[in-house]
Amino acid sequence: MKSGNTKTQNKTELIPGKTAKRLQSVYRIAAAVMIVLLFVLLVTAMVGLPEIGDKNNPDNNEVARRYIENGLEETGAVNIVSGMILDYRAFDTFGESCVLFVATICVTIMLRIDGRGGDEDDEEHETGKKAFGIRESAFAKFDSRNYEPQNDTILKKSAMLVIPLILVFGIYVVLNGHLSPGGGFSGGAILGTGFILYLSAFGFEKTERFMNAKTVKIVTLVALLVYCLSKCYSFFTGANHLESGIPLGTPGAILSSGLILVLNICVGAVVACTMYSFYALVRRGRI
Amino acid sequence: MWNLVREHLNDIVAAALFVIGFGDLLFQKNMIKKIIGLNIMDTAIYLLLASQGYIEGRKAPIVVDGVKDVSAYINPIPSGLVLTGIVVSVSVTALLLSLTIRMYKKYHSLDLDYCLMMARREG
Repeated sequence: MKSGNTKTQNKTELIPGKTAKRLQSVYRIAAAVMIVLLFVLLVTAMVGLPEIGDKNNPDNNEVARRYIENGLEETGAVNIVSGMILDYRAFDTFGESCVLFVATICVTIMLRIDGRGGDEDDEEHETGKKAFGIRESAFAKFDSRNYEPQNDTILKKSAMLVIPLILVFGIYVVLNGHLSPGGGFSGGAILGTGFILYLSAFGFEKTERFMNAKTVKIVTLVALLVYCLSKCYSFFTGANHLESGIPLGTPGAILSSGLILVLNICVGAVVACTMYSFYALVRRGRI
Repeated sequence: MWNLVREHLNDIVAAALFVIGFGDLLFQKNMIKKIIGLNIMDTAIYLLLASQGYIEGRKAPIVVDGVKDVSAYINPIPSGLVLTGIVVSVSVTALLLSLTIRMYKKYHSLDLDYCLMMARREG
């Protein structure tokens, strides 16, 4: 990092070379001192914390005790973390799903390419480019669509083998969220990677048969609405009460634990659509 | 001294990761490397939270064979917090990367100093 910066800074026109160099080194020394101080500060703070793995630590208090002792009876979920985040703290998880949704919207606003085109390149940049010693090859037209794999046989064949396994595993993780490690977020991420691999192997034309902007929109909105309606009625019944009325079933069965299964599926759908749309947006500017 | 380090190994590694990520943010000029630094800082936080919830000799909080005793499982709350952190970090990373793409499209460079200079020159 040192060699590249000094070389480019010398040629800047705004600040004379020597001053820039001096400022640069002052900044570097100050930054180095700062991070060393930060490390010392953090380590002294960490050493003051209670020992890791001790059962008498203050964070192992009555809240955790209550979740473990009553979690299975009250939520019906064998996986206590799942029961915690989708029942006791379901609003928190709803907020997380909404964060993902808002992130998708923001990335869409940022990267959407409308048909008008319009390259923002102009001559004003030429002087700056030379001053900073930026190579011309970096200015090749930004269009990753040119680099799409075209009929890559190895990729296609291995994708055919792997994608069904990935999708089935993702569905398994989502549906077993209340029984085993996993849940909506991890399972949704696995499903999303399956779709992304399909897209890389077979291209946009084939992917659009089942995954296009309309599907993503409908699935995300339906999932978020179901989540919202199934948890927000408690505002009208006087909060502090998240009973669903659905029987909890026998612990360990797949159809148990009331709403947690439904909410896991909703979260999984939102996460899978979000992952896919991030990739599609970066790749070609629309979902 | 050595005993103290061994007791707090996870915390110290978390602090080191945090500082490495922060140093990345300070020293690198490339936006992609800055975003990588931010993600390293995120992993430091996950490590810290997850290790605070760990209890020696206990298992993940998934009820097996109906054992509902507190002394069998670790603390489930930090696990839930780490989950929240991961989701937010994914969203922030996606947003930052898309902003970086926009910046590259406008200034044809990932060098933050150069882009800021050009932005200032344009007024």
